[in-house]
Amino acid sequence: MSVLMPGRGLADATMIAAIVIFATAGDVFIASAMRGIGDLDDIKAARGLGGAALAVLGSGRFVSGVFFMALSFFSLLFALSHADLSLVAPASASLTFVTNAIAAKIFLKENVDRRRWIAAVFVCAGVALLAR
Amino acid sequence: MLGVVAVTAPLGDTLLSVGMKRVGPVPLDHLSTLIYALRTPQILVGIALLICFFASYLASLSWADLTFVLPATSIGNVIVALLAKFWLHEQISPGRWIGILLITAGVGFVTQGPSYTEMVKECPVSGAEVRPS
Repeated sequence: MSVLMPGRGLADATMIAAIVIFATAGDVFIASAMRGIGDLDDIKAARGLGGAALAVLGSGRFVSGVFFMALSFFSLLFALSHADLSLVAPASASLTFVTNAIAAKIFLKENVDRRRWIAAVFVCAGVALLAR
Repeated sequence: MLGVVAVTAPLGDTLLSVGMKRVGPVPLDHLSTLIYALRTPQILVGIALLICFFASYLASLSWADLTFVLPATSIGNVIVALLAKFWLHEQISPGRWIGILLITAGVGFVTQGPSYTEMVKECPVSGAEVRPS
């Protein structure tokens, strides 16, 4: 158990923080790319499926987002080889909902009203309970 | 569309997990085992589901906010937990039932509101503010 070993708590927290920060950066970059590209259904109707795929893959922000998602995935793999699955998986999955709400408000200028804050906190707690 | 995102992500993850348990631990010096793992039907279906997930996730983000899509699609965790109970007859502990209730309440909250933040743009001709449709 990580709580019984002094110094392990900080290492676990650092690994979880890395997963969460990379995952949030990935989501924000990808969301920003998709907002910039516009409604994919319209693009597909105008330029076909290949045109829509090209529009997505040609976006620098999309590629950056995928890069950060990959970093998050490898941080998760690294953390899983050093810490308990029952700690890392629920903690990182649930915290991402709250950090995404904060990042979306700051970087994407999304209208995160009280309803969305409550939803983010509820889902965060729910995922933490469900994923144990 | 959001329903596809909600269902394919956890189902794909679960199938990958089932498939990889069948394959067994992959040692670092035998990474070729991963190629063999691709022949496991659960892994193939899991990968196909995750491709569907990513395509629908991108399409959803093209017309909805990140802070709408993420909570709204978390209902998939609830669907998978309930499938595990009624299909695989797994036990759900009281803590998990509370988790299911919290996620369902959160999804209820967020889907009552607007799905997209309209960005106010300057009209290049008159300088007046217009909202894109």
